[in-house]
Amino acid sequence: MLDTLRTLFLTALHAFHRRATVQYPEQKPYLPPRYRGRIILSRDPDGAERCVACNLCAVACPVDCISLQKTEADGRWYPEYFRINFSRCIFCGFCEEACPTYAIQLTPDFEMGEYARPNLVYEKDDLLISGTGKYPDYSFYHVAGIPVPGKDRGASERERPPVDLHSLLP
Amino acid sequence: MTSIRIDGRDCPTRAGINLLQACLEAGANLPYFCWHPELGSVGACRQCAIKQFSGPDDTKGRIVMACMTPVSENTIISIDDPEARDFRASIIEWMMVNHPHDCPVCEEGGECHLQDMTVMTGHNTRRYRFTKRTHRNQDLGPFVKHEMNRCIACYRCVRFYRDYAGGDDLAVFASHDNVYFGRAEDGTLENAFSGNLVEICPTGVFTDKPFSTTYSRKWDMRGAPSVCVHCAVGCNTLVNAREETLRRVLNRYNTDVNRYLLCDRGRFGHGFVNAPTRIRTPLRGIGGQQVPISMADALTTFARMAAQGRIVGIASPRAALETCFSLHALVGPQHFCTGQTRQEQECTELAHALLARHPGALPTLHEMESADAVVVLGEDVCATAPRLGLSLRQSVRQASLHTADEAKVPRWMDAAVRTLGAECPSALHVLTPAPTGLDDVAAQALRAAPDDIARLGFAIAHAIDPAAPPVTDLSQDDTQLAARIAHALMAARRPLVVSGMQYGSRPLMQAAASIAAALAHTTPETGLSLVLPECNSMGLAMLGGLPLETVMEQARAGEISTLIITENDLTRHLSPADVAELVAAVPDIVVIDHTETPLCQQASLVLPASAFSECSGTLVSQEGRAQRFFQAVFPSAPIQTGWRWVQALARSLDPSTLHITGLTGWRDLDDVLAALGVAFPPLAPAAQAAPRANYRMDGQKLRSQTYRASGRTVIRSFINVHDQPPPGSPDMPFSSSMEGAYGPDMPAALVSGYQASPWNSVQALNRFQHEIGGPMRGGDCGIRLLPGTGHPDAKPAYATDIPRPYALQADTVLVLPDTRLFGSEELSMFSPPVKARATAPAMGLPASMVTSSHMVLHLDDGPHVLPVEPVPGLPAGIALCPAHMVARAFRFPCMARLERIADEGERS
Amino acid sequence: MTYSAFFTIILTPLVILGLATVLTWVERRLLGLWQDRYGPNRVGPGGMFQAVADGTKILFKQDWIPPFADRGVFILAPAIGMMTVLLSFAVIPVTMGMGIAGDMNVGLLFVLGMMGLGVYAVVLAGWSSNSKYALLGGMRAAAQMISYEVFMGLSLLGVVMMAGSFNLHDIVAAQAGVWFIIPQCLGFGVFMLAGIAQTHRLPFDLPEGENELGAGFHTEYSGMKFGMFFIAEYAGIVLVSSLVTTLYLGGWRGPFLPPAMWFALKTGVMIIFFILLRASLPRPRYDQLMALGWKILLPLSLLNVMATGTILMLRAS
Repeated sequence: MLDTLRTLFLTALHAFHRRATVQYPEQKPYLPPRYRGRIILSRDPDGAERCVACNLCAVACPVDCISLQKTEADGRWYPEYFRINFSRCIFCGFCEEACPTYAIQLTPDFEMGEYARPNLVYEKDDLLISGTGKYPDYSFYHVAGIPVPGKDRGASERERPPVDLHSLLP
Repeated sequence: MTSIRIDGRDCPTRAGINLLQACLEAGANLPYFCWHPELGSVGACRQCAIKQFSGPDDTKGRIVMACMTPVSENTIISIDDPEARDFRASIIEWMMVNHPHDCPVCEEGGECHLQDMTVMTGHNTRRYRFTKRTHRNQDLGPFVKHEMNRCIACYRCVRFYRDYAGGDDLAVFASHDNVYFGRAEDGTLENAFSGNLVEICPTGVFTDKPFSTTYSRKWDMRGAPSVCVHCAVGCNTLVNAREETLRRVLNRYNTDVNRYLLCDRGRFGHGFVNAPTRIRTPLRGIGGQQVPISMADALTTFARMAAQGRIVGIASPRAALETCFSLHALVGPQHFCTGQTRQEQECTELAHALLARHPGALPTLHEMESADAVVVLGEDVCATAPRLGLSLRQSVRQASLHTADEAKVPRWMDAAVRTLGAECPSALHVLTPAPTGLDDVAAQALRAAPDDIARLGFAIAHAIDPAAPPVTDLSQDDTQLAARIAHALMAARRPLVVSGMQYGSRPLMQAAASIAAALAHTTPETGLSLVLPECNSMGLAMLGGLPLETVMEQARAGEISTLIITENDLTRHLSPADVAELVAAVPDIVVIDHTETPLCQQASLVLPASAFSECSGTLVSQEGRAQRFFQAVFPSAPIQTGWRWVQALARSLDPSTLHITGLTGWRDLDDVLAALGVAFPPLAPAAQAAPRANYRMDGQKLRSQTYRASGRTVIRSFINVHDQPPPGSPDMPFSSSMEGAYGPDMPAALVSGYQASPWNSVQALNRFQHEIGGPMRGGDCGIRLLPGTGHPDAKPAYATDIPRPYALQADTVLVLPDTRLFGSEELSMFSPPVKARATAPAMGLPASMVTSSHMVLHLDDGPHVLPVEPVPGLPAGIALCPAHMVARAFRFPCMARLERIADEGERS
Repeated sequence: MTYSAFFTIILTPLVILGLATVLTWVERRLLGLWQDRYGPNRVGPGGMFQAVADGTKILFKQDWIPPFADRGVFILAPAIGMMTVLLSFAVIPVTMGMGIAGDMNVGLLFVLGMMGLGVYAVVLAGWSSNSKYALLGGMRAAAQMISYEVFMGLSLLGVVMMAGSFNLHDIVAAQAGVWFIIPQCLGFGVFMLAGIAQTHRLPFDLPEGENELGAGFHTEYSGMKFGMFFIAEYAGIVLVSSLVTTLYLGGWRGPFLPPAMWFALKTGVMIIFFILLRASLPRPRYDQLMALGWKILLPLSLLNVMATGTILMLRAS
């Protein structure tokens, strides 16, 4: 009985507490850099698309809302199209974790409401940004052992120049 | 029954295999690289190390290579032994030292044996801190992509390419960890089986180049069991599709037919399915223009046409059995044409008759590999039935295998057996007019005109069985040769005679059948194999029908009002003059086809049929094996199976005019096959080529997508953001989605892909087999309509019409078709990589006749100026002209005038 | 009937309905206040027009009757709920002059009777929905409301005995000296609890029990039919609060301010107290609720009747 009255009293006291509500949109909340919001595709430090169309983000996606098709130019792999259906996306970030090239990244932007669902289907043009996102220095092709324009075979990190097959030296 | 003990578990196994096979058959996960079921063991990679114990009391044991150690009774081994595990882990760590960091951009990723094995050994941290060795790649032609950095030096590629397939332009260069697998210089891989490197290579050194342009990961693609449509051998394939386009064709294991390997035409010839030459909508010919119309309009147009008079149907040897039969049901036997010329039809029907009454065996491709004496009579099998040629190449090894057995060397001990084999004589006799790809392994490669070869064949038959008719006026050399070959054949335990209709010669096939029949007297295992031209030639021979010449006569007489042509390019069978006459004489031509053919321009109505990847159907291979192919692609609306078009046409007709009235009531493929069985009892078993559409495993349909297919909710969202129900087909027991049953025990005819965790590469096939290299767990695939064992008590009926010897003529030459692996076959030439691989047509002449760089060949359809190249060994008076590449209809030998034109230099 | 009485009859329901509607917003704002948040504050000044927005929305929602429901009863149930509550207000004396039938000689019995009828709304809604959640909610409601009606009646006996009348005017008049909350504190407590249970307000909203029954008896209701249940519930709060004011807090009596103001003030405090209860107390289990009623409240109310009677007897003698 007294406990109940005490509860009533304590609840009533909350009338004088500070309110926790953040008055969005007048008042913007702080979102940390690793907040999982709108998905983007980033670029290499030298400005080329980072995505190599390996399909790992698509396969990691639990709601199967990513789809892409590989194409190739000068030995680099690109997505011919890259499509995310944000009306299905659950912002779990698995795609970002699966991405071997840091191409797909989640950003602290969540303001992407639409009145028509088709507007939530983002194509590559909508996803691609001009910067490197969270990993400013990483470039997959500087590590991977395949040649691309500007980097010959054997010029990646920790690689020797190609073997001269005609040499008899051990 | 032998039994071995693996990690304390007793496993029944079989004698004569190695421990690696035994472990895999027992379901254990033992990593390996250099061993391959078809290539045997060489112990090169050291990856399959296990601990073997000398007895129950031995606790220390010793490390052995499982692939190099034979199974013996009561062998005790351990896979999980820590020392063996560390050994394997260190091996893979060494292999990965130079492996580039490029799995995301590797076409093998996701179905990579190296990935699987790395995960299986638990290697996940890189300790090597130094620089990696790199290699430059080579351009290996339109089929295979080369990325040498990924190589782990297992030597499988060169062992397959050189030792197994007989190629000589892929080799290993350099030394120690610099070894390089490639060609001496950039250039196209010449061997007809180079595409198998894609599957043989355990990692991404050799990958599928055409597939790379429309690449998709293995897990994303829908799979369906299929049958190759590019020759009559009937190799089993897997087709992979995504976004309703066909992406690639892979080999599908069929223990009797193609087993682990596929020829390049079969692997890369599928491009016609996605080519711009596809017909995708019904077309109406109005004033010489083809105008797209709706399906309903097309059918009303047809009904109007049909009311004008008689309908005649022309089927095709490249169309599925169901399509041909539905046309037969529509027009009736009096008006059903097989779509072949009289010569073609007589040859295929003769082939069927000869095979059906052959007293010996009708060997499968796998059985041909163990033939110990082979005669190839006037057929370049390497061009007309490449996979059969590969089997014949293996048959040459029989002697070395017997020698190995005597020396108590296991047959899988590859290096040793091949060393022994270097000394063993070949028992392959190739008697053809032109050089073949088998000449290099043949004991005897004889060049002669087709009629002379037939005469020699009859002489061999006479030498084996004097009851066979003798050949008069045979030269002394030929008589001796016949006696020698006859002797070799009679000494063999499993002799084999191969011929075919490449040269359209009935005597050649009869001679082959006579040899086989004569041999079968004493050796019931004697095999006979006759090569046919198209994927359903045999099925059509069993259906029967009128030849094209009869249709021409009816057309000339004005008896035909509407001609329905299903999946047949008549310009490849009839001369241009005949085609023009036919078009002029028939008021309405209806073409049902998937690919544009020249006749489509003249047709009143063109209806889009589905290609092999877009429907289910049955094909009968040249050995009389009915095999089902299933749908992997679900095309948009107007495209439908040939038989459904015929059915739709039938529905717009008066029901009483139909030959089989049930035609309009067929609901699915099983109904068609049931009706086929009633109308043609010999074809009735074709319904059992695969389980019916109502087959369910664990109460479910089988899934044709992997459980991890991606993009389900987005792939079509640019069309419509709302979810679409997955497409379906009433003709097959597959669901088009990832929902459904899947497992190693499903029926072999319904295996849509190989994946058995943790085996994600094609090597997962081991899990689907009862015994490695043996039958599938799910039973047989396809059904033979001709008994494989023959009729031992059937009396051999020897043909007596022995041809006259070929006589040289002063002003004309005998033009023989130069059937090419790439170029002569119709559909594969619509595939860009095959087209790129096909060389320009040139005329082959005996060296003595080559007098200028170009010559004019006067064929039926006019003169053709062709570059000339000398062909060594070609008999005098014979010219080789590429089939279908110079004159579209040129296919069978003919006499033609050859005219010399002056070279540039001479003129000036 | 005079013109003013007719006017009152029309006006009273409108005022009550408006009050109930505003109350939905007031409750949400108060809950927000006690839960350190704002509550609806976007529509109109301070969110005042939230109730209007909600009302508009609910009016325009599809009027859906499930095909499996018993159509007639399904429509009738919310009407009964609304009607009984509104009728009860007829006898509430706001002041001596204000009110429709404040002077009715069996006013209190009339209120009890109407509240008893209110059970039918819930029971019939639960039954006619033909859905298991609704049926379970309806059964709980029947058991809970019929049980608590007993203690409610018994707890009021003390007031009636002291006032010597069922007439609510008389009861207010009898509180000229001391409000009945002092002598009848026991009865007051029981009546409060029973009132909450009778209006199935939190924490005694077991018939609705969102987490186990979906929404209980009105699971299948939507649109304005649901709205009627909703409004009836809030009108019920106003009713119970005004009854408490009348019976225990001296009605309109008070110094300085006009009587109507006093009545509104007292009723408002009671309403806020009900909302505070909702904000702070968890919902008991169903068996706990029934045990509380039959094992504690029934003896207490009987004790109250006995004690009151005894004291009155002693005083009279």
